[in-house]
Amino acid sequence: MNSETPILEIKNLRACIDNIEILKNLDLTINKGEIHAIMGPNGSGKSTFSKVVAGHPAYKILNGDILFNGKSILELEPEDRSHLGIFLAFQYPIEIPGVSNEDFLRLAYNSKLKSQNKDEIDPIEFFSLINKKLQIINMAPAFLSRNVNEGFSGGEKKRNEILQMALLDPELSILDETDSGLDIDALKIISQGINTFMAPDKAIILITHYQRLLDYVKPDYIHVMQDGKIVKTGTAELAKELEQKGYEWLKKID
Amino acid sequence: MTNQSNKILNTDITKLVNQPYKYGFSTNIEKDIIEKGLNKEVVRLISQKKNEPEFLLNFRLKAYKKWKQMQCPEWAQLKLSEIDYQDIIYYSAPKQKKKLKSLDEVDPELLNTFEKLGISLTEQKRLANVAVDAVFDSVSIATTFQEELAEYGVIFCSISEAVQQYPKLIEKYLGTVVPIGDNYFSALNSAVFTDGSFCFIPKGVKCPLELSTYFRINEQKSGQFERTLIIAEENSQVSYLEGCTAPQYDNNQLHAAVVELVALDNADIKYSTVQNWYSGDNKGEGGIYNFVTKRGLCIGINSKISWTQVETGSAITWKYPGCILAGDNSQGEFYSVALTNNYQQADTGSKMIHIGKNTRSRIVSKGISTGKSKNSYRGFVNINNKAIGARNYSQCDSLLIGNLSNANTFPFISVQNSATKIEHEASTSKIGEEQIFYFLQRGISLEKAIELMISGFCREVFTELPLEFAEEADRLLSLKLEGSVG
Repeated sequence: MNSETPILEIKNLRACIDNIEILKNLDLTINKGEIHAIMGPNGSGKSTFSKVVAGHPAYKILNGDILFNGKSILELEPEDRSHLGIFLAFQYPIEIPGVSNEDFLRLAYNSKLKSQNKDEIDPIEFFSLINKKLQIINMAPAFLSRNVNEGFSGGEKKRNEILQMALLDPELSILDETDSGLDIDALKIISQGINTFMAPDKAIILITHYQRLLDYVKPDYIHVMQDGKIVKTGTAELAKELEQKGYEWLKKID
Repeated sequence: MTNQSNKILNTDITKLVNQPYKYGFSTNIEKDIIEKGLNKEVVRLISQKKNEPEFLLNFRLKAYKKWKQMQCPEWAQLKLSEIDYQDIIYYSAPKQKKKLKSLDEVDPELLNTFEKLGISLTEQKRLANVAVDAVFDSVSIATTFQEELAEYGVIFCSISEAVQQYPKLIEKYLGTVVPIGDNYFSALNSAVFTDGSFCFIPKGVKCPLELSTYFRINEQKSGQFERTLIIAEENSQVSYLEGCTAPQYDNNQLHAAVVELVALDNADIKYSTVQNWYSGDNKGEGGIYNFVTKRGLCIGINSKISWTQVETGSAITWKYPGCILAGDNSQGEFYSVALTNNYQQADTGSKMIHIGKNTRSRIVSKGISTGKSKNSYRGFVNINNKAIGARNYSQCDSLLIGNLSNANTFPFISVQNSATKIEHEASTSKIGEEQIFYFLQRGISLEKAIELMISGFCREVFTELPLEFAEEADRLLSLKLEGSVG
């Protein structure tokens, strides 16, 4: 296996928003074929981490580097990072009035094709492609004609994120609390979707608060983030321990 | 949302929306001009130059007298520098041979001008299904497809020509929908109007072509005072479109038009505007003052008048196309997209006056403001005590881009009988940083993202435009919003 080929390397990363430092000397390496889970208390910097990797303009990098397949992406625009194969499933997917889900998905897909100098596909071709993907997350085609996330239930929004992931086929997917607010059936569908999608040449980062998701999607590593850095790394067992003892327990053993 | 990222977003969008104005050139041509300034003699001189019958001279003089007694209204949400009416040229016409027999006699420089604007007047290139009347400063240059239309009994010509050829129709209808003293600018227009279009659709005829007038202001000091009159007789149908551009000058030019529509029993008039006058530079210098009175009279039963406008230009836009729904079961519609940028100000909306029974009206207004611009919707819905069963639906949506633009809605509704149904919806939304980031994260560029959101926002209005012009409107908005990002 390619277990020693890193997709993402984060080195000594410090990042701030509005002059408040959120990430403080973060180090993390993710290899191909691996699923990592990042856990940690509220406000520890998990969502900031995901947005910084995706290139959100509100965050400023103070120090360190982010390498994707060995190359620094710090200078790249968010859409270029997306084209390279970095995907972020949003914790709160954004509603876009007046834009149909189908148009949005097709434009995203074609933008990626265009960045790879491939021919864009027409709406009819796209329709058959997206219909196959819809089955992965068990959604009806009517879902496509609605406006992006507008009036979607919490579960539908999260499923829409997974649909986009399946469509864009990224190498690295960061799923920011994709499990929060889901009922048990939706959680199962989404977990199945993630497992079907996962492949040896890909990597996934799950940001979550709960052990529950990790029962369905088995991570190779679990990291605990606290105050802007990784304070502990372990195997799947660590999540169970955390569930029982809470984050305070980690502070004590420090 | 954070300040820092907003700054980033605003600069990107500013770059995106600040495309240079494409139609800012001027044409050098020999002109016949009446010295600037306005008095009774100038009014007489205009009438004389146009060889008008007595009733029209009297119409003008009456209007001038009325205008002298009126004050410029101040209720609109507009800031404007005072207009010096003595510093405006009221008549400017390209010099040409007396009577043009064909387009071959039109000054090639003029044909070129319109060609550059994308309006082809020559036989080979013109659109096959659109008849065009081209107005340059104060006069109509040419009208295409006149003979073809005449076979159907449709009259489509400049209003000056109509005054000569069909004085009875002019005398009967001119000023019946917008009376001389209706407002300050309509009074001014009635005194000094120089040209515009005239359409007459006889009983039972469905006009076989789209009719269109293209207005071009060229002279730096000139005002344009156009007058358009459309009459649709019983059971007739017509679709009409006007387009407007002007050169880029650093002073403000005045454009005060009056448009009157009359629909008799079962007649249907669709009037569309794509307005792209020069809007001034990014510091707010220059640009057209666009003060327009447009009104349709649904006098016949089951008649219908529909206004669609895409307003992207002008330093100031001040217009409220409306319908007087006098005939029973008559219908009025107003669909509008107004885009303002930099220091542009738009105060626009509609008036629907319900008089007949079971009259229906529908207002859909979409305002997009970016830069430091101001965009206001002002509407008036009046349901008369006799208008039993009347219905109105109004929808006003505002979209803000960036943090410095401004949107207002002033709906005024007056209902005088209880057997009516009124609905009003309003919304304000903003293209926010998080929405844009969502697009970007999915690999979609900023340009495409904004284009997609704007076209989604305007869809309801664009579908109302005639097919040939829906594309043009889409292009026009993209032009204003397209740019050099990345």
